[in-house]
Amino acid sequence: MDAQLLSNLWTATLETIYMVSVSSLLAAVFGLPLGLLLVITGARGFLPNPAVNQGLGWVINGVRSLPFIILLVAILPLTRLIVGTTIGSTAALVPLTLSAVPFFARVAETALLEVDPGLVEAAEAMGCSHWDIVRKVLIPESRPALVLGLTLMVISLVGNSAMAGVVGGGGLGDLAIRYGFQRFDTRVMVYTVVILIALVQLIQWLGDSVAYRLRRTGNVAPSPGWTNPLARLRKT
Amino acid sequence: MITIRDLRKVYGSFVALDTFNEEISAGEIFGVIGQSGAGKSTLIRCINRLETPTSGRVIVAGQDITALSGSDLRRARQQMGMIFQHFNLLSSRTAAENIAMPLEVMGYSRLRIKARVAELLSLVELEGKGDSYPAQLSGGQKQRVGIARALAADPKVLLSDESTSALDPQTTQSILALLKDLNQKIGLTILLITHDMGVVKRICDRVAILEQGKVIERGRVVDLAAQPHSRLAQDFFPRLTSYQPRPDALLVTVAFRGEVANEPFMATLAQRFNVGANILNGAIETIGGQPVGQFQIELAGPERYLALDYLTQLNLAVEVQDGRTATEQFVDSNP
Repeated sequence: MDAQLLSNLWTATLETIYMVSVSSLLAAVFGLPLGLLLVITGARGFLPNPAVNQGLGWVINGVRSLPFIILLVAILPLTRLIVGTTIGSTAALVPLTLSAVPFFARVAETALLEVDPGLVEAAEAMGCSHWDIVRKVLIPESRPALVLGLTLMVISLVGNSAMAGVVGGGGLGDLAIRYGFQRFDTRVMVYTVVILIALVQLIQWLGDSVAYRLRRTGNVAPSPGWTNPLARLRKT
Repeated sequence: MITIRDLRKVYGSFVALDTFNEEISAGEIFGVIGQSGAGKSTLIRCINRLETPTSGRVIVAGQDITALSGSDLRRARQQMGMIFQHFNLLSSRTAAENIAMPLEVMGYSRLRIKARVAELLSLVELEGKGDSYPAQLSGGQKQRVGIARALAADPKVLLSDESTSALDPQTTQSILALLKDLNQKIGLTILLITHDMGVVKRICDRVAILEQGKVIERGRVVDLAAQPHSRLAQDFFPRLTSYQPRPDALLVTVAFRGEVANEPFMATLAQRFNVGANILNGAIETIGGQPVGQFQIELAGPERYLALDYLTQLNLAVEVQDGRTATEQFVDSNP
């Protein structure tokens, strides 16, 4: 493998990690409050408000129904407004984050709804305010599910970041298209795919391990439903 | 301690709780028993306003709970502990952290919380279990954590929502013993709801039986148990219902309490009257510290009505199977 290729792969990997990690962080920061808002204003929430709930639901569904490649191009003016440019990895952060926020909002909603209503009742009975319930019951109790949902989102961002090449964002997907596909360089194609697979496996393993640790089950083995082959190898 | 006046809860056209009145005094254990859907959950949730009553008042320790809202209501709730059928412990917190939660909410310092939690763990006999997560505890241990959490803020009142219904019989006994102990040691007033007669028998001073939102019977548990026709007694001492007495026999239920239980009235009956006394069914239980019992007896022979009269005079509660009182039977057969 020549030095040029190695350097290209390294840069692309870093670009992908940069785009995915920053947009994941931003999506979690904005998505979790939206998920909370969906739960709180929902029919079973403590501040039911159908107008807010349905309005927010519509917006989330609307953004989620746009294919990422279209979103990427459609919001170029917004991207310019926020980061001052429409090309490069940083410019790609805006559409990546925007696509992930509604995704994570739904994931967080599902995770938060799974918290046993009995726990909320117990908290109310001990004199907790709504804010106490959010920070002491809903979020801590849904942490394992939130982490698994976050893992799901990060992996889908790895996929979306492959399209960042359209706005000159670089990354592994871009490299694969330009060298592997357009220049018929099969080696590049294979290497990028291998790196992507390794990246996704690593993210899933990390998410599973953190979620397992947060589950506080003592020494009960994780259910086979979400055991990762790598996690199993690590144990033996 | 708890005054409930004309409490009503209606969902749409369904009356969950119909005009409930009760005065529960300090240090009392008051039980509400009923089938699921009888309105007992609604009742207990109206006391700490997890549900808002349609009408009526609830006054706890002199404070009108029904008139409160916002932070006043939250403060009032801190004066009432509540325990649950499924414990409702946070799985993300250790036993000690679960117990600490109400104290955190009340703004206690870290140091005070630590001291109080240690105190509570020893109160519920869970020393050394403070760092376990709920998933590592047994059902009985979880309920002990629940009790410690409910008592953390030193409430005057404990609300118990089917707190032993998910436990096995032995664990149930130990939890009930703990509740009774707390009741006596710290003078805790307990309002408990249950569908289990055993719980009422074991620890309640007074009881109300709910059916379709209405109280169909209420009173002191010993008093009710010693009345042959009460619902409670019929549950405590199940009778033979299909038994057909011989034509010359009377089927009599005799209920008694206290010292009468020590009197050999069955033997006297056979000695003094020309009558065969056949015990079909019977039991004596200790309720509220005194023996309470009920026998179902078949009295056969020519002097059966004299024997019946004697039983009535003995200060026993006597009921003849067809529902008439002993006197009515006697008058009928001796015109």
